[in-house]
Amino acid sequence: MRVFSTSLAVALLMTATAAFAAKDTIVIGMQDEPPVLDPTQNAAAAIDVIFSVNVYESLTRIGEDGTVKPSLATSWTIGEDGKVYTFKLPKGVVFDNGEKLTAETVKWSFDRAGAPNSTNPTKRHFGNIARIDTPDAETVIIRLKAPSSLFLSYMASGGAAIFDPKSADNNKSTPVGTGPYKFKQWVKGDRVVLEKSTTHRDPSKAQIRQATFKFVPDAAAQVPALLAGDIDAFPTIGATETLDRFKSDSRFQVVIGSTEGEVPLILNNNKKPFDDIRMRRAVNHVIDRKSIIDGATSGYGLPIGSHFPPHHPWYIDLTNRYPRDIAKAKELMKEAGYANGADVSLKPPPFAYARRSAEIVAAQLMEAGFRVKIEPVEWAQWLDVVYKQKNYDMTVVAHVSPWDQDNYTRGLDYYYGYQNAEMDALMKQALVESDETKRKDLYGRIQRKIADDAVHAFMFQLPRTGVYAAKLRGIWKNSPVSVTDLAGLRWVD
Amino acid sequence: MSRDGLIMRCLKQRNFMIGLALTGIVLAAAILSYFWTPHSPTRINVPGRLAPASGVHWFGTDHFGRDVFSMILVGSRNSIGVGIVAVSIGVITGVALGLLASAKRGWVEDLIMRMADFTFAFPAILSAILITAILGPGTFNSILAIGIFNIPVFARITRGAANAILARDFILAARAAGKGRIRITLEHVLPNISNVLIVQATINFALAILAEAGLSYLGLGTQPPDPSWGRMLNESQTFLFRAPMLAIYPGAAIMIAVLGLNLLGDGLRDALDPRLARSR
Repeated sequence: MRVFSTSLAVALLMTATAAFAAKDTIVIGMQDEPPVLDPTQNAAAAIDVIFSVNVYESLTRIGEDGTVKPSLATSWTIGEDGKVYTFKLPKGVVFDNGEKLTAETVKWSFDRAGAPNSTNPTKRHFGNIARIDTPDAETVIIRLKAPSSLFLSYMASGGAAIFDPKSADNNKSTPVGTGPYKFKQWVKGDRVVLEKSTTHRDPSKAQIRQATFKFVPDAAAQVPALLAGDIDAFPTIGATETLDRFKSDSRFQVVIGSTEGEVPLILNNNKKPFDDIRMRRAVNHVIDRKSIIDGATSGYGLPIGSHFPPHHPWYIDLTNRYPRDIAKAKELMKEAGYANGADVSLKPPPFAYARRSAEIVAAQLMEAGFRVKIEPVEWAQWLDVVYKQKNYDMTVVAHVSPWDQDNYTRGLDYYYGYQNAEMDALMKQALVESDETKRKDLYGRIQRKIADDAVHAFMFQLPRTGVYAAKLRGIWKNSPVSVTDLAGLRWVD
Repeated sequence: MSRDGLIMRCLKQRNFMIGLALTGIVLAAAILSYFWTPHSPTRINVPGRLAPASGVHWFGTDHFGRDVFSMILVGSRNSIGVGIVAVSIGVITGVALGLLASAKRGWVEDLIMRMADFTFAFPAILSAILITAILGPGTFNSILAIGIFNIPVFARITRGAANAILARDFILAARAAGKGRIRITLEHVLPNISNVLIVQATINFALAILAEAGLSYLGLGTQPPDPSWGRMLNESQTFLFRAPMLAIYPGAAIMIAVLGLNLLGDGLRDALDPRLARSR
């Protein structure tokens, strides 16, 4: 604790000296630190939160309203039954290292992302590309194998960022991009600093001169950091019980919104005992969402029964698919051969919503005879042990990417360990379907299928519980995608 | 000195009596928790969270609706258990090493004492954090971490005190009578340094409780759902605006245990050292 308060004191001194001049810097608090800084190498959402849109740019981007907007591509046309996309690039785009962006750079980036040896977390999105043509330096023509309703959304992701071939390999530690901000510094375990780019094609775009992303995983430490003014903005504060305190303080504004983050009690479908659907259904019959939501998010979370955000018009309420019924759960466990209960581990990452819901859900599962051992893990450990090695029974984490139902078609390579031919077929249809009504119906069936197979025990949709300095403007209320639009932020007097 | 005399001198010490009373409270709470708690300390009842103190919940409920009084009771068990085991590790290993050093002298003594210096050079809590970071968090590992850093304390004290005893004339007499090194150490040295060790053990017991609370506060000690005073303190932080008592109860419990053991240690030291008592 002492080490921490000392670093806080140093940070305080630094911000105090800066505060005398007109404010053109910002310190943004984050729960999780990215393990590396390259979104084409690692799936951690924290990379996108800091770098996407700000440093790295993709052809498109997702706006605050959730729709696809132009980014590096200023315009595009879709032809031949949704199979040919022609993107127009602006002139004079340069990377932070002075290299020029051309249509060739885009082709190179996508070839790299979809290459057989690619480790891009969104590699599967590039498998649908048949050919990329670059008739001139400002035109990219992408031919798809099959039409895809989500192609433009996919093009917005961090995994589809356009990199400079010369610097791409170093982006893990020293990001180089085309965005309105450029990378300045990464102090591991503490912060990432970005500063306004001097070579951006639209110099008037960004107003904040320097942005610092500070990592504060401990929910208890987030509150004093905000109160002391060390942090100007915390878009997802962990200690939701303190929001009332901030609401009544004129120095702050509290903005509650939605995220795309479904929070399930994740079950390892490829490992005993949850390789048995009866055991997964038993868990679903045990969980009491109201208690979890009240205890872990102070009531701000919305209950979900499948993997789909409740604020979307296509959402189907499946929260009553498995009514709370301990006797039924015990019966299912008995059928599955666990009449004497089952020993299971629960490995929550260090985020308040995860740790707290883990503790509550563990107590609930004990009622049905599960012997739950809570083994809290640090974030880097979670990414390695749970996500990569798949060495876990249960965990809790928010899935913040939009349209990420295709996680359920990633088979045994993915840490869910879930594989189902019917699901694969549904997802494939949903992607190629261009008729909105039919797509809606397909996504309804996908939601039902996920709930029927009890892949996980779905708990709640992560709320966006933001605390910001009162004079900050340009804040996104909702978070349809994990980015921080720094260029939109400004201070008022 | 006679046993009765020692007890009488102890009972005359005000420090000792206050210390004994405070430690007695904690010990009684720990023993009681094995037979009875008003509620299950791990039973979560979210709708009844953050309830104020009442006839049903004497100390109110925490952010998950658990009974704070029951958690404090069971938490004392945890603190005392960690203290006893960690200090025992320190005493047994440390005393053995200290006696070995003073009996053998030479390079054995040098080696043991330099190792003790080396471990001593690190702040104990920092080292405990280091060990739990490597071995992983948990009650067992925190006991191990605290225990390891009790070893040099006892090794040093034992060696110093033992060397002083070994220089006395009656040791020479024992040696003349044909007693070997091991017998002299066990029959003459150990009984004569036990007073010093008892006082040190009491004080280190208090430090161990504090260290356990510190580790649990940092999330490295006792893991949920087992109640621990340190973790209760940590979890209460963000509720300070709404339920300040959540921090005060475990804080007071830690204070009572540590203060009690320190006073007990002070009183014992004064009672065991007649010169010190007379000079006051």
